[in-house]
Amino acid sequence: MTTKSISLTVNGKTVEQEVEPRTHLADFLRHGIGLTGTHLGCEHGVCGACTVLVDGQAVRSCLMLAVQADGAEVVTVEGLAPETGGDDGLSPIQAAFREFHGLQCGYCTPGFLTSLTQLLMENPDIGEEDLRKELSGNLCRCTGYAGIVRAALAAAQAYKEAAASGMGGSR
Amino acid sequence: MTTQMVGKPIQRVEDKDLLTGKGSFTDDIKLPGTLHVAFVRAPFAHARITGIDLDAARELPGVHLVMAAADLPAPAKGKRILLQVPNPAIVDPITQEPLVSERVAFAGEAVAVVVADSRAIAEDAAEMVMVDYDPLPTVANLAQATAPGADKVHPHLADNVAARIHVGYGDIESAFRDAAHTVSVTLDQHRGTGNPMEGRAVLSAPNALDGGITVWSATQAPHILRRALVDMLEMAETDIRVIAPDVGGGFGPKVQAYPEEFVIPICAQMLGVPVKWIEDRREHLLCTVQERDQTWSVEMALDAEGKLLGVRGRMRHDQGAYLPWGVIAPYISTVTMPGPYVLPAYDLETQVMFTNKVPTAPLRGAGRPQAVFAMERLFDLAADRMGLDRADLRRRNLIPAEAMPYSVGLIFRDGQPLIYDSGDYPRCQQIAEEKSGWADFPARREAALREGRYIGLGIANYVEGTGLGPFEGATTQVLPSGRILIKTGAAGQGQGNRTVYAQVAAEAFNVDISQVDVELGDTGKIPIGVGAFASRLMVNAGSAINVSAGTVVTKMKKIAAAAFEVSEDDLELVDGTVRVTGDQGPSLTFGEMAQMASGMPGYVLPGGQEPGLFATHYFSPPQAAYANGSHAVEVEVDPETGIVRIARYIVVHDCGRMVNPLLVEGQIQGGLAHGIGNAFLEKMRYDDDANPVTTTLADYLLPDADNVPTAEIYHVESPAPHNPLGVKGAGEGGTIPAAAAVVSAVEDALRPFGVQIDEAPILPERICELIDAARQNTQEAS
Ligand code: FES
Ligand code: FES
Repeated sequence: MTTKSISLTVNGKTVEQEVEPRTHLADFLRHGIGLTGTHLGCEHGVCGACTVLVDGQAVRSCLMLAVQADGAEVVTVEGLAPETGGDDGLSPIQAAFREFHGLQCGYCTPGFLTSLTQLLMENPDIGEEDLRKELSGNLCRCTGYAGIVRAALAAAQAYKEAAASGMGGSR
Repeated sequence: MTTQMVGKPIQRVEDKDLLTGKGSFTDDIKLPGTLHVAFVRAPFAHARITGIDLDAARELPGVHLVMAAADLPAPAKGKRILLQVPNPAIVDPITQEPLVSERVAFAGEAVAVVVADSRAIAEDAAEMVMVDYDPLPTVANLAQATAPGADKVHPHLADNVAARIHVGYGDIESAFRDAAHTVSVTLDQHRGTGNPMEGRAVLSAPNALDGGITVWSATQAPHILRRALVDMLEMAETDIRVIAPDVGGGFGPKVQAYPEEFVIPICAQMLGVPVKWIEDRREHLLCTVQERDQTWSVEMALDAEGKLLGVRGRMRHDQGAYLPWGVIAPYISTVTMPGPYVLPAYDLETQVMFTNKVPTAPLRGAGRPQAVFAMERLFDLAADRMGLDRADLRRRNLIPAEAMPYSVGLIFRDGQPLIYDSGDYPRCQQIAEEKSGWADFPARREAALREGRYIGLGIANYVEGTGLGPFEGATTQVLPSGRILIKTGAAGQGQGNRTVYAQVAAEAFNVDISQVDVELGDTGKIPIGVGAFASRLMVNAGSAINVSAGTVVTKMKKIAAAAFEVSEDDLELVDGTVRVTGDQGPSLTFGEMAQMASGMPGYVLPGGQEPGLFATHYFSPPQAAYANGSHAVEVEVDPETGIVRIARYIVVHDCGRMVNPLLVEGQIQGGLAHGIGNAFLEKMRYDDDANPVTTTLADYLLPDADNVPTAEIYHVESPAPHNPLGVKGAGEGGTIPAAAAVVSAVEDALRPFGVQIDEAPILPERICELIDAARQNTQEAS
């Protein structure tokens, strides 16, 4: 099969690779460059487990081809924690997930974390009802969502402060 | 002074890796040279295979192996998967073959396997495999399976009956003869799925040095899989190592051994390289076991005061095409029916029926949700008929706390008499009534109705046998570094087992959980084990850790007492040291003690002890630990769309002593979400030819954040008397009564229409149909 050369930024690092045109972004991230934190739950765009940030937007990486990410800036769960963040190496939403038991098996978690990172950076004042509607594009079979919702509402404050201080990049 | 570790809502030790993308699920494990697999799956629910042509697929570049049943090597060729839970009630204990040789019995069964450089190439090649099928008549559901002259799922059997189970006690005839009131109902409960977000996954690598094989599987039960592999491959136990790495949810369907778990190791052995298969979502919905399809025709007899006299009836269980986990689920259904109530007489005749569908086997709740649904529906119906309040009628029949331990009169699935060990059922219901505002609700319902809103309140109670044997083992060891190492076969799939195991060990040694390492889910680490099902790990593995850690602590005190020349009673464990109480004398660190206990060349061991600071204990509970609870739920129903919204959900839960309340609540809430799915969302649909219709997550609806509310959870702690920790299982109680409670609430909301609901799930379109039918009835009557 013919391949195509792509160049993109993943978690701040430049990556150049040959990919088959049919390879989707999730497989490229997981198997092409070994970032296995991004998970596949359905490969048909429903579960949200594969969500990554592409140019700041939450995207289902099972529905996007790697070649479409040529030139893009991609952030995966591995890149969410600020390089100079809290001692625990966790971003606010990651830390809140631990505090409020927002994960059990952790398989859906990367997708929730990336989705919520975009959501809370854009809308840190979101209320529970809207938050639940926004989150309905991510499926979790373990938690029943209570811990996830609590964690998101608790972490929102940190994203608000970051936005206020102009540190837009406080993933 | 000891640090209290058990009982605290400690944050999980598992989380940091999982939050930063460093988890290690089966598909994350990269072994050099790994090949990838696609299966050729039958497009018919019942068909004879008349020919297979593998040649074109074999010629595709990048393909290494294409194999059908006839190509399987000895000794696997011609074999079926070991049935590990036999039961005399089973007519023919038929399980799947690794690859179907002659006749497929459900759509999606694997008939051939392709191994290639990549999954994509394997899938391309799988499409080139030509299979000729001769379709056979199908049996798509219970009605077809039980019809006179029905087509047969397995032609060699007399009919479609897979097993007959008859349970009961008391004088059922006179119960119904003497009854002041009787009610009867026929209830249909439908299939749902496990759908863990990680599907099944298998990676296998041959071990070139000793001819053995390692299998990584997203399984709930590595030791059970190894036993099945030993049987299939006729290899020594020591030559097969099964490892469950991080597993992305299980919920029951990852317990039994599946065809793919044999085919992958066989391919790896044939090719001499690692081979991997990752189930996709469609395969999960086609081939991974499901549960809940049952039809109950039951009646209840009560005296004039509303006291239960008896329950009797028939149940039919749709087993699907095979018996991978025997008849455990329907058996549990039959003995769960009496629930928390004083039931003087009971008689249930059950037939487990084969159909041409994917097999059923325990799924979170394991037969209990259906029985609870049946019993609680009968109570609601009886209360309405007698003009009594639904909670009041239940209250009149709850087993009083003073009656514990309470013998029901049945034999549970563990082979032991069904004896509820502890619990306060009336108190649980009372809390549910108080917290839900039960007494005032009729007035609220009236007020809402005046505003055109249909609200309803439902209630359901249950008792759940948890913590089943036969055993689980654990080794506790103090390492020369001073750290504590726990090894057990019993791994979780997200429940937080590492954390709670560490808590139990940390408490025994009076250290922080950060001082404890836990290794689990690896047959190479502990010789025997059972697995994660039946809400059994905290009871079995937790107790094994408690006992083995206690043994090591005692030994450390003996050695230190000899070294310090004091009595053991004068010693305490503080900050990773053993010292004379109150720091008034000498002390030794755990690390120093571990070194002492491993001896010095040429010297006598101190204190006359056996060497080493480790102990292994296998805990086998004498009987199940019975958890219980009450759910109350308030809903609002839109009669135009049939959409149900849950306004409040109250859970009163008794799982004995809680090791970690944060995690217990996570289990309850997660289980509840599954139960809510079973109540009004999740339905695995098949067409009349038994072809599955809902094969994506867009068609098979899972509960999401918008339809699962955060439950208000109240704990009652009745310690279990038969294990040292006093714990009971907590993994399934959230699920078990949920469909019963929600349907009770929906029916309550629809009282103005006079609708009766006899099914679960109750989907929006059915709610609309029932309302229309009820309206029509009233019109005709008027
Ligand atoms: S894997 Fe991409 S949405 Fe499910
Ligand atoms: S934590 Fe397991 S699927 Fe969400």
